[in-house]
Order: sequence, then C-alpha cells, then structure tokens
Amino acid sequence: MAIDTKKCVGCSDCVVACQTENDVPIGHCRDWVVEVMDGTYPQLEIELRSERCNHCKNSPCVRCCPTGASHYSDGGIVLVTKNECIGCSACITSCPYDARYVHPDGYVDKCTFCLHRVKKGMQPACVAVCPTKCMYFGDLDDPGSEVSEVLKKRKYKTLIPEAGTKPQLYFLI
Amino acid sequence: MKSRRQFLKISSLSAAGLVFGGGLLETFADNLLKNNQSYFKGPYDFARTPTYCEVCFWKCAGWVHKDENGRIKKIIGNDDDPNCNGRFCPRGTGGVGMYFDRDRLKTPLIRTDVRGKQSFREATWDEAFDYIASKMNKIKEEHGPECTALFTHGSGGKYFGNLLKGFGSNNIAAPSYAQCRGPREVAFLATFGQGINSPENTDIRDTKCLVLIGSHLGENMHNGQVQEMSDAIDKGTTIITVDPRFSTVAGKSKHWLPIKPSTDIALLLSWMNVIINEELFDKKYVEKYTFGFDLLKAYVQPFTPEWAYGITTIKPQQIRDTAHEMANAAPAVIVHPGRHVTWYGDDTQRLRAVAILNALLGSWGRRGGFYNPEKASVPHFHLPDFPKPNKNWRDAMGGKYKLADLALASGVCQATIPSPEMSCSIKGWIVNGTNLINTLPDQKKTIAAIQALDLLVVVDTMPMEITGYADVVLPECTYLERYDSLRISQGRVPSIALRMPAVDPLYNTKPAFWMARELAKKLDLLQYFPFETIEEEIDWELKQVGSSLEEMQRIGVKLLDREADDLYFGEDEDVEFNTNTGKIELYSTALEEEGFDPFPVFTQHPEPDSGFYRLIYGRAPMHTFSRTANNPNLTDLMDENSVWVNPKVAKVWDLKNDQYVYLENQDGVISDFKIKVRITERIRWDSVYMVHGFGHADKRMTRAFGKGVSDTQMITNVMIDPIMGGTGMRGNFVTFRFDNKKAEV
Repeated sequence: MAIDTKKCVGCSDCVVACQTENDVPIGHCRDWVVEVMDGTYPQLEIELRSERCNHCKNSPCVRCCPTGASHYSDGGIVLVTKNECIGCSACITSCPYDARYVHPDGYVDKCTFCLHRVKKGMQPACVAVCPTKCMYFGDLDDPGSEVSEVLKKRKYKTLIPEAGTKPQLYFLI
Repeated sequence: MKSRRQFLKISSLSAAGLVFGGGLLETFADNLLKNNQSYFKGPYDFARTPTYCEVCFWKCAGWVHKDENGRIKKIIGNDDDPNCNGRFCPRGTGGVGMYFDRDRLKTPLIRTDVRGKQSFREATWDEAFDYIASKMNKIKEEHGPECTALFTHGSGGKYFGNLLKGFGSNNIAAPSYAQCRGPREVAFLATFGQGINSPENTDIRDTKCLVLIGSHLGENMHNGQVQEMSDAIDKGTTIITVDPRFSTVAGKSKHWLPIKPSTDIALLLSWMNVIINEELFDKKYVEKYTFGFDLLKAYVQPFTPEWAYGITTIKPQQIRDTAHEMANAAPAVIVHPGRHVTWYGDDTQRLRAVAILNALLGSWGRRGGFYNPEKASVPHFHLPDFPKPNKNWRDAMGGKYKLADLALASGVCQATIPSPEMSCSIKGWIVNGTNLINTLPDQKKTIAAIQALDLLVVVDTMPMEITGYADVVLPECTYLERYDSLRISQGRVPSIALRMPAVDPLYNTKPAFWMARELAKKLDLLQYFPFETIEEEIDWELKQVGSSLEEMQRIGVKLLDREADDLYFGEDEDVEFNTNTGKIELYSTALEEEGFDPFPVFTQHPEPDSGFYRLIYGRAPMHTFSRTANNPNLTDLMDENSVWVNPKVAKVWDLKNDQYVYLENQDGVISDFKIKVRITERIRWDSVYMVHGFGHADKRMTRAFGKGVSDTQMITNVMIDPIMGGTGMRGNFVTFRFDNKKAEV
C-alpha cells in the first residue's frame, strides 16, 4: 500500500471506515492518523499520514508468536488467527509500529488489509472511503499495478526502516 | 512524532474508559436484541438502503448496510452521487453513531420547572401536540399568528415550514444564513446577480489556482470540494492560503500568507491594485461584462502592496507574487468565497472584494473558475394559498438589512425580545434540528429571548442545550430511521437523492413529517398536508420527473439532464446578469441605493489588549458544528477541543502542553469548563484557535458534557453587518485563567 502524504488531510475517515467495516470496538483502532509538524512560524511544514500495520516482509510479530497465530497469508498479508491467539501480547511488544491491540474478547487484533474485501476484488475499506483518494492498494509484485506505478513516479519513504522489518507500507512524500 | 498510543491518549478518552465504553455499547445492543425485536426486523427487506447524510449540509447520498441480524453496520457513499462520488467523509461514515447513541431523546417531554432546568415529565405524543396546539392558538388569539417563528437546520424543516406558513407566519430562519454564509450570498448577488448556494459552484476540479481566504478546506470536510481539491493537488494546482493559522491546507499550499487577523480587505484591495495597474486583468471579459471598471481603477490606486504590508504584515513581494500566480492561471482561478464568513461585521464588503477580484480575473462562468450550476426542477404538489401575514420579524429591524435575501435567525431572536417600539414581539418558537444556544452568538441575548416566549417547542434527536429551555421536546428519529423530502442539489448535473428508513425508529421517536402533520390535524391545517404519508408525496414528486419511489429505492440517486448547455459562458457569448445594470457590478449600484459603499472599504478593527488574544474558531474534519459532539464513533476520534497557543505566548504564561485552563473574554465571561492547551507554531502569537462545537453544558449528553470550551460562550461581542445583518464573531478576545472563580464584587 502507498499513501500520499501530500493529499491526506488527516480527517480520520479511514479510522471510522475500518471500525465499522471490521467491527473494531469503539476505543480501539486498526489504523490511525499521525501529524508531524516542523519549523517555526511562519516557516512551517506539516506531514499527515494514515498509519496501520506495515505487513512487513520480515515481521517480528510473526517470528515471536508462540502459537503461530500470527502468520503470513495470501500476498504477504500478516494476519492473526483469532482462535489460536492466547493474548500473550508478545507481538504487541515486538512491533515497532504499535500496530496491534488486545481486543476486549482476549485476542490480538490488527489491520488485515481487509482481506475479506480484497478477495472479492474490492479495495480495503480505508482506501475505498478516503475522500482525498490518497491511498493506493495493490500487488507490489505486479509492475503494472497502480501502486507500483505510483511508486515509480514519486519519492517515498517507509517508517523505521532501520528496524529491518521490510515494511510494505510506503508513504509518498 | 506521535506514537499510536499517544494519539489514542490525545484524541480519545482514557484507555480504560474506552474499553469500558465499548463494552457498554455491546451490552446495550444485546439488550435491544432481547427486548425489542422490531429494532432488528422492520419492514425493510433491503440488503442496502438508500439515504442521504444528515450529519452536515452537504447531504451526500449513500447506502446503509445491515449485518445478517438486520443491525445497521455501515454507511457507504453512493458511486453515482456527484456530491460524494461514492466516498463519505468521516462524519458520514460515523453517522451510524447518531443511531446507536444511548443519550438520544427517547420520548416526548413536557417541562415541569422553569426554563433552563432540565426538568421534564414524559408525555404521550397526543398530550404533547395538544399542549402545543393550545399554546399556539392562544398566541394567535392574543397576538396574531405572525408572532410565531421557526428556526430550522435539517431536512424536516420543509414540513414545519408549511405548518407555520399555514398557521399564518413567515418567520422562518436558518442560522446557516446570518451566522454563516449570508454575506457571501449578498455580495455575489450584488456583483454577479447570482448567489453561490450549496454545494458551491466552484470548479475546483479544473482550476489551476485556488485561493483560500480563511477557508480551511480539509478541516471543513465539504466532501465534494475536498475531493476536487485533492485531485487538483495531483494535477499540480497552485494553492494560495490566507490564514493566521497554519491550517491543514496551508500545509499543502505553494503560498501561505500568515495574515494579521481582520485585515483581509486590505490584502484583497492590494491584489486588485496589482492586477489592474500591471494590466493583468482579463480585458475582454472586463469590457464586455462588467460595470464600473474605470471607477474601480481610480478607487484602488492608493492600495499598493506597500500600503497593505503595514496593515496585513504580508510582504509586498509576496502580494505581487501571488497576484501574478492568479493572473497566470486566469480564467482557471478561484478566489474562493468560503462558507462561514461572518467574521468582522464588514463581511459583505469583504466578500464583495472577493467577487470583484474574481470578475477582474474573468473566472465567473469559466472553466476552472465558477461554473453555472443547475438544480433539478421537481414540481411540488400544489398546496392551497397560505394566509398572508400582516407583519414579521423585519418590523423589529427598523428598516435595516433590506438586502438580506433570507430571514435572519438573529433577527428573529431580536424580534422576540419585547421592546416598546415593536408592535409585536414573537411569542412562540419551533426549533427544528438546530442548537440555538451554541449556534447564535451572545448566549445571554438568546436566553433573554427564550425567557420572553410563551411557547418553545424543540424538535431534535439529541438532548442539546436548547432542549433544556423547551416547554415541549419532540424526539425525532434519526435520518437512518425515516423518509425525508427528496434531496434536490445544485451541481454541474442536476441530481435527486432519496432517503428512506433502513430500520424502524428506536424508542418512541418519530419523523418530522409525521409530527408536523399530526400538529396540523390539531390546528385544523390539514389542507397543507394533502398526502397522508411522506412516501405518497415523494412518489408523486418523483413521477413528475419520470421516476418513482420504487426506482429511487433501488438506485438512491438519479442524475437528470441539464436543461441547457451553459455550464460555462460561450466564446464571446452575450450574458445578461441579474443586476441593476445587467452587468457584473464592480461598482455596486444596489449597495449604493441602500446607502452603502459601492466599493469595499478597509476599516481597522479593534485589537486585543495586552494579555488577550483574538479568538479564532474553526472546524475539525470529524465533527459538524456541535451536533456530533456526543456521537460515539466521532468522539472516539476527537472528544474535546483544545486551545492552540503559540509557543511565545505559552512561555509568557508558563503554559504546558495538555494543561487545562479556563478562558475569560473581554467582557469578563469565564468559560464554564476547562480546555486543554495545545502549544503549536501553527497559530500566530496574537491569536488563539479552537474547534467550534465543544463545551456542552447539558449533562444528558454524557460523552460531550464538560468536554472543552464552547467558543460560542466566549463570543459576546457581535459585530453586525450593516448590509445584511450577519453576526460577525471574530471580534472577541480571550485570556487564560487557572481557576473559574468570579472576581469579588
């Protein structure tokens, strides 16, 4: 997934859409918005980012999960199998992006890239709802996909690359 | 950078409270499942039900989806709707929270104690209507039917409006005029003979230069405009933002002009000066379509960028550069008229300056400027003539504000306070879907008017502050539980949209149509409600335009053909403008006739005393006015406002981030509640900023009560626009207090 920080207005629509799509209980979230401001009045810069699980290629959460509940699924999407999760929270501690939370029902929950929608050929809920169309989702292995195209054209960054997790969330800057 | 945990801490309740809250909501739903089967079943067997959103005035059309138990799950935009293009904003997506909010009004209430104390008894609908009808008839007998008024902001307004007009009054006002967009309508009417209306006819999609003056698109989530702005950013459109605050869109702008507040007219005049003197204006357009250019040219001569620099603090070079940007993009340039524009009392003149600038650049009626919108003409069923009122609220205005093309909510309020000069003060109000306590500035005045009433009826879904003053509260079901009149929006293509119930109403709540019609029965006005149900009325209307209720239930939105191919002016087309001269009036003869300046004049406005800061307020993308402050989904994103303070100011006051303070304004009004300090470079040192709509004082709104400060409470100095009666609200100054004790007298 690629997210255009130049277009994001930080409205948090992605957060609400995810909550209603995935029955995320109020008070928790699978995605969230970060605002970074730099400079002194009036020389200022601002970056807005919609963040979520980075679906890392080298995921510490998958590695540290004692039951195998955290795993790689179709297309490299990192998932948690609810009924295999014992809620030990080792994954939460290991994740440098703080992308996971403990669901009130006792298991660890996080972004699934809306795999249930993607399988039907739909976009993840956050991508589909975004009023600024700042998110691009697709197959990074397919050089012709929209997300690959946009990454070819634009400058981008990943978050905390030094953690070595090979994150799959790209921020266009 | 904020981590996720910090974000949650900042934007939500404490983590523990949140978990608890989520749990409660589920228990609530479980109980409903057990106790109220009809909540889940209902007669509506639709996988998705069409609606248009009621969280704000943009009225995006969408689909309500239910889960396998028939419980509302989510709302998604309708792909065919030009207002939203299939994408709802956070408030629309979170609209489900209006339905699930446990604090909703649940049954009719009749007051048992003095106004302002939330002391009510539950009543039956019949009792409530009898009470209202007998009071209304008494007012009619003693004072005349004209002494009643309707304030409305919401879809049910049409039916209460017909009720009131049938009763014999035309005092029907929406705070969206005199407290919001009124000056812009009057200014554009005076200049182009045509208002802006809603959604705005700004052609952002195709513009090359977008100029925003205090308009914070992206924080105000006017959906279609935000979408088009985002597309424009993709295409490399130049954005110029004028704002004392580094707004979200300022962060996306090529030029940010951090103007000294209240000096916008000086900047606008200097832009005209540059564009005229450097001959950057659209000569052919100006010659063919406008009136008064030579007078304008002479008038703007003194207003050089150097003159404006001393007033606005914007450097002359930056004024010239941005003028050149506009001229280079012309006519595909939009000097945006904004929406909430009642700031300093000279707002019509400021918006006139905006209109004149657009005329010089030739953007009105041109691609990438302002298009000519079209609205579907859907015939209404012919009602018998309404009785002609002998008087109305304007009588209390002493002949002022003649150019106001709609009723002033503040004027109706004024006409309610008895005074010896007035033949009639208004005695009865029906307030539909607008929380006047937080909507009209100068709360003391609003409450004085309310205390002078014989009858106050409030129709709402939530126990907003205004309901605390009501004699009768009528609980409306939410938009997800009712039909409403068709949405007939203006746009590039005329469209209509249907709202129908996705589920049966929760509790003992009812739609406005039913309420108004039942009241009409009691008042013997049934002739103004010829259809027994709203479905029949909608179906009749739809059949007049070749559709039907059945079709709209399937498609939700229908685009109609434009009647003429006139989205933009044709090459060298002769255009007759609806002004006195038939031209675009750079020099306004209409304003001159009424004794006002025909050109905008810059006036100095008062500045804050030492230790005080100008109060600037605005919007957050996840809230609409004060009406969403208790919505469980949206308070989860933002449950209180904060006061933005420049670090220099914070240093003087020794303020820390996240510290809570009270505010006191120039008139000694101390805020009821505390507000969190946000120290940020994003605001000027002479101003503070907060998001409007917080600091609710009604305990029945459990999530919103006491959260943040109400900017409305701090707005006691109201600068009235002499042209159209708009209530300028940016002339208020606040200071910080560490307690809320009143000074000893």
